[in-house]
Amino acid sequence: MKKFLFKRILQSIITLIGVTIIVFCIVRLSGDPTNVLLPLDAPEEVRIQVYKHLGLDKPWPVQYLTFITNAVKGDFGESLRWHVPAISLVIDRLPATIELAVVSAIFSLLIALPIGIASSIRPGSILDSLGKTIALLGQAIPPFWVGMMLILVFAVNLNLLPTSGRGEWKQIIMPAITIGWFFTASVMRLTRSSMLEVLRSEYIKLARIKGLSELFVVGKHAIRNAAIPVITMISLQFGAILGGAVITETIFTWPGMGRLMVEAIFARDYSVVQAGVLVFATLFVGINLCVDLLYGFLDPRIRYEER
Amino acid sequence: MVSPEIEQVTTGSKGIFRRIISRIRTLPTGSIIILVLVLCGAILAPLIAPAPPAKIDIRHSLRPPIWEDEGVPGHPLGTDDLGRDILSRMLYGARISLLVSICAIAISGSLGTLLGLLAGYFGGWYDSIIMRVTDTFLSIPFMLMALAIVGVLGPSLTNIIVVLGITNWAKYARMVRGETLSVRELDYVRLAEVAGCSHWRTSLYHILPNVANSLIILATLDLGRVIIMESAMSFLGLGVQPPNISWGLMVAEGRKYLSVAWWYVTFPGVAIALTVLGGNLLGDYLRDILDPGFRKA
Repeated sequence: MKKFLFKRILQSIITLIGVTIIVFCIVRLSGDPTNVLLPLDAPEEVRIQVYKHLGLDKPWPVQYLTFITNAVKGDFGESLRWHVPAISLVIDRLPATIELAVVSAIFSLLIALPIGIASSIRPGSILDSLGKTIALLGQAIPPFWVGMMLILVFAVNLNLLPTSGRGEWKQIIMPAITIGWFFTASVMRLTRSSMLEVLRSEYIKLARIKGLSELFVVGKHAIRNAAIPVITMISLQFGAILGGAVITETIFTWPGMGRLMVEAIFARDYSVVQAGVLVFATLFVGINLCVDLLYGFLDPRIRYEER
Repeated sequence: MVSPEIEQVTTGSKGIFRRIISRIRTLPTGSIIILVLVLCGAILAPLIAPAPPAKIDIRHSLRPPIWEDEGVPGHPLGTDDLGRDILSRMLYGARISLLVSICAIAISGSLGTLLGLLAGYFGGWYDSIIMRVTDTFLSIPFMLMALAIVGVLGPSLTNIIVVLGITNWAKYARMVRGETLSVRELDYVRLAEVAGCSHWRTSLYHILPNVANSLIILATLDLGRVIIMESAMSFLGLGVQPPNISWGLMVAEGRKYLSVAWWYVTFPGVAIALTVLGGNLLGDYLRDILDPGFRKA
């Protein structure tokens, strides 16, 4: 178990380092930051001064080390627009994004899991066809379009739900459906196929032969075993949920991190973009790590397979 | 593929004619029709578009589709805020969306295949390093990388193709590596190596054709995904830029007029959904007939 833990943590750190390298390289490749900070007609000496001040005259590895040490401390520089530390802007918006992501995930799972399980118990039934259709549509229809259609139907025509802001429970419904749409389809599909595979296996046959009620067989044995790939997929899809949050926050004017990033990109606010990307990445890697550990905990085979 | 005995029972004979008929019956006709329509629309856009896509006509701005009261005959699906025809813009937008997607898939497919072949064929250090890099890329969510890259390099048509290309190669690499590893053990590949074929020759002529099946399936299934990603980026303003047209961009432009012009947002979105659906169904069908043991990486 300890070896598994160690290995996973190591992988997560490597991934994070990979992300920092990518971010660092891209920012350095994008050109001279002094162009952004200084007016175009600034004299050469001022430029050289700023260059030295920002440490840009040092070799890249040294710059990277400075970047990393600062990043770990949480220092990404100041936002060019608001003149506050970039990290504070990101941290302010983080709870809103997390709230949206979590609500969407729970909402989707509440729909996807029951339908997925039900359609696997009775393949070919009407429920199964319904499930398959939802899965197909869910993976084909772009999430931002779903958001717009929801607004069109529920806000414009029926005037039932508000289109923006955060605070009331009503305001989170449409954004949550928008993000959860794709996720629901994927989870449903995977649950169904995973359950189908499990239901065919030997130990299920044994449970049935033993005379256990169908409810017990499915509820206790089948679901537990089928849950494993689903949990793995949920953690993989979390990245997609965070990505979807970017779009959804833009549509519904949700005060979250995603919208901040998009605005920062348009305003060429590099420090905020860097801070946002790294917080996003840390969050993503962290959640993956937790889910993997949970997975190792749930499936004893994983724990003891590491020789 | 069903065995000849089963085929005889279900279709009445083992003949090749019957086999063709039963194959045709299971074809995903819907998705093929959709994709052919989209392709034709894109290629023939200059010929079949009702009006030039950039032609501004303020007199007819924000007109609904032709079946509604205020619809104008020359604009079957309505007009946008500048009086430009929606259908024409959709047809030209199809060109760009398809162009971006196909180029992106070509880039990620080639890059991924090359790296996957290298990793699988040579093994050892190459394999370990390439797999580490692949895993890192696979574990980073697309939006994260796209935001980082576009956020700093700026949005443009070439940039979005590049972003889509380099964020997507990892799954091709992983799949090709897996297939290469198993194909490498086949008798005739071993024979080729022993007979003195150079590494290039073996991999190109012997290994690659076996991998091609799975590559085609993966690329087809990827088409839908890439189109959605491109339209999402364009929607945010980080992808295709005006005056170029993209379906995602049209949805973004229509957002301002959502309460007064439902057609502006709806039709491009339907186009995206149908194209992606077509791609997914076709990919599923190909997976069923080409390689039932296929597992996405």
